Amino acid sequence: MEVSNLFDDVKRMNKRQFIFQVLSFGMIVSSALMIWKGLMVVTGSESPIVVVLSGSMEPAFHRGDLLFLTNYPEEPVRVGEIVVFKVEGRDIPIVHRVLKLHEKKNGTVKFLTKGDNNSVDDRGLYAPGQLWLTKDDVVGRARGFLPYVGMVTILMNEYPKFKYAVLACLGIYVLVHRE
Amino acid sequence: MHSILQRGNSILAYALSVLACLTFICFASTVLLNYVTDAKMNTVKVVVKNVPDYSASRERNDLGFLTFDLTTNLTGLFNWNVKQLFLYLTAEYKTENNELNQVVLWDKIILRGENAVLDFKNMNTKYYFWDDGNGLIANKNITLTLSYNIIPNAGLLPNIFAKGRHSFKFPMEYTTTRM
Repeated sequence: MEVSNLFDDVKRMNKRQFIFQVLSFGMIVSSALMIWKGLMVVTGSESPIVVVLSGSMEPAFHRGDLLFLTNYPEEPVRVGEIVVFKVEGRDIPIVHRVLKLHEKKNGTVKFLTKGDNNSVDDRGLYAPGQLWLTKDDVVGRARGFLPYVGMVTILMNEYPKFKYAVLACLGIYVLVHRE
Repeated sequence: MHSILQRGNSILAYALSVLACLTFICFASTVLLNYVTDAKMNTVKVVVKNVPDYSASRERNDLGFLTFDLTTNLTGLFNWNVKQLFLYLTAEYKTENNELNQVVLWDKIILRGENAVLDFKNMNTKYYFWDDGNGLIANKNITLTLSYNIIPNAGLLPNIFAKGRHSFKFPMEYTTTRM
């Protein structure tokens, strides 16, 4: 479709049609938000889908792979599981495997993690003075894996102009396009 | 006539939906498989020391040393949706301090196509066997288990215990000589 045609479409719309387009655009945005929030409720995790950003779990996970997380409080953390955790002072959550775990009688648990591709455990990555992770640090446990799909978000984050261009194109297309 | 843009768009959309469909079939064809297998393990030499743990609290903690035998054949676990196995040997035990302790002593990554018939004799552990206190000396029931985390091309990430375990006890006295 050529640009002049696009705007012809807009010109031919009357007020009602224009409002309808804006509303359907709003529907798309709000249903995306609902799906995300719904996933948060179902999985119990504050971030049910994460993109792997580093190579510390290679060759299992590469940069740009997608992980599906759950975080049910009744499921205990165990050694060998892949957890996604947040460390104070770091914005980006880390995806690593549990190496050691100690659980007290009252249920409090502390554990140490390590990346498969790293030669040492994660004590150097934790906040200064922090020796163990607890359940509060955990964002989720990895349950499902999908390769490559996250590459799109990595591209968008690394080239913000590309992100805004894509968003603008999509927005204009939805507003202008008539079915 | 269709423009180049329209043709490109429909080729891309079709290719993506075929890929998504194939990925789903790959996942669905293996989701119900049973991945349990047998493993035989044994400890050879077991000693315990009481030394300061400079990597953590700097207090004197129990540090176990052991060598182990391991025989297993994991060839049958591999199929078209198994990219990698992450094997790990866990020591599980109970102490006065903690109701449950799990320490990974050794791990190994096996990619598809690599040798999956393992027969190790008198292997050293890969990680230190630090206890969270002084619970190893004279501990009568330490259980060794072999588990594996299956990394698929796309799909679930199960952690599975191999059948077969080995229990051993630590000596009543600390070893003070260098080994």
